[in-house]
Amino acid sequence: MALVFDIGIVSLLIAIGAWMIMARDTLVAVIIFVVYGLLMSIAWVRLSAVDVALTEAAIGSGITGMLLLSAAARLRQTEGAGARPSFPVCVAAGSLCALISAGLAGVVLLPADVAPTLAPLAVANLADTGLENPVAGVLFAYRALDTLLEKVVLLLALLGVWSLGSDRAWGGAPALGAYVPPNDILVFFAQVLPPIGIVFAAYMTWTGASHPGGAFQGGTVLAVMWLLVMMAGVARAPPISSTKVRWLLVAGPALFLAVGFLGFVIAAGFLAYPVDYAKALIVLIEIALALSIGVTLALLAAGPPERTLQP
Amino acid sequence: MSGLLHAFTILAVSAGVVFFIAGTVGLVRFPDVPTRLHALTKADNVGLGLVVLGLLPYTGGLLGALKLVSVWLLTLLSGAIVTQLIARAVR
Amino acid sequence: MNSATLFGFCSAAIVGLGLFGLIVSPHPLRRILAFNLLGSGVFLFFGVVARRGAAAGLGADPVPQALVITGIVVAFSATALAVALVLRLFALTDEAAPTSEADPKAGAEGGHS
Repeated sequence: MALVFDIGIVSLLIAIGAWMIMARDTLVAVIIFVVYGLLMSIAWVRLSAVDVALTEAAIGSGITGMLLLSAAARLRQTEGAGARPSFPVCVAAGSLCALISAGLAGVVLLPADVAPTLAPLAVANLADTGLENPVAGVLFAYRALDTLLEKVVLLLALLGVWSLGSDRAWGGAPALGAYVPPNDILVFFAQVLPPIGIVFAAYMTWTGASHPGGAFQGGTVLAVMWLLVMMAGVARAPPISSTKVRWLLVAGPALFLAVGFLGFVIAAGFLAYPVDYAKALIVLIEIALALSIGVTLALLAAGPPERTLQP
Repeated sequence: MSGLLHAFTILAVSAGVVFFIAGTVGLVRFPDVPTRLHALTKADNVGLGLVVLGLLPYTGGLLGALKLVSVWLLTLLSGAIVTQLIARAVR
Repeated sequence: MNSATLFGFCSAAIVGLGLFGLIVSPHPLRRILAFNLLGSGVFLFFGVVARRGAAAGLGADPVPQALVITGIVVAFSATALAVALVLRLFALTDEAAPTSEADPKAGAEGGHS
């Protein structure tokens, strides 16, 4: 019975993916992409990966969709830019892609006597970390270095986006959202939803230690709430030279790095946790990381600075 | 007792699915954007409410039930506001 | 045929579709969309590997799940950087050639449809 549902989801995913590639209008293609992301998060739940489903719905479909939608709206005039390649090239590309798909499908069908898995190892040592969510254990205890480096990659991408503003606008604020009149319904939305969203974000970050959730999902909800507030004009986008913003950006990875170096002193090495304080340290890192990720993702979606500072 | 609960869930979720189908038919068949928005918000929100009602016996406690109902309320809120914004953008 | 294998076939098809879109799409923003599709197909493949590694009372192996979460976040940051580059590219070419906007558009419209 569940297989029938899976067949339905898989055929919808492939059909919507194909529709997105074939769509004529870029705005339509972006909307199809958002729908595709939400269907993909259902697929993740069917694969028993609920943390990934939350992340896909929030980041993969939500904030990426918003970013691409605003870019598509700004690039409406350039729809005719570039020519579609000729029919033989399309056929050649199509056959190459079909070959790659067939190869990947063959790899999927390769029989493995015992599927390789690290689940027993992950579960065996989870009690020492004090966590109950094995994915959080992998993210913050077993492969904490990957998470730290990923956070640094986010900051580097933000620096890259900031550096794409024109020289005149360096230190200014991103141009977000059109003017909305003060009694607008969007303003009402931006006043009602963010408190609820902040409670959700705090809950998701806190409960990520034992149930699906965690810093990335909570941080993304924070980022989206801040973006809503900026787009409705309830708060202005901060200039990128603002010290408060820069401290908030750096707080997460800095705390993570500090705890990592503390591991030299009180535990076995870099990013090692003492068994008694492991959960406390990890939850502290998750809270700081959620704040930092919220600010970073929102500024990544806001774009390069375009408005100069008022003198 | 549990047989009655199962029957209630199946009835409520089926009714919800019927409302969703009605909303989708409206989305496909209605002529312009305001009528389509009307069909979507009214039918889909009622459908979601019925599905949530049907799932309430399985949530395991008051907190889970409150979470499900809050999902429905938030969908109502955001659906109403986004409908207004889209209708105004089209007009 | 269990559900993990089915999703494996799905991921193969999506990788093929995304790669095709990446090669033949005319507009840079469509290529970014196709790149995201390709990425999500690869993540789905990881998910199939995780589902097959279900053991020790878990529904899926947690290590590939953590890798996919990291991958989704990094893919978003790459998309944000790519979108900023595309916007800047179009802004610069608009500044460089404001009068010749009409002709390429008319020519492309005729050849487009």
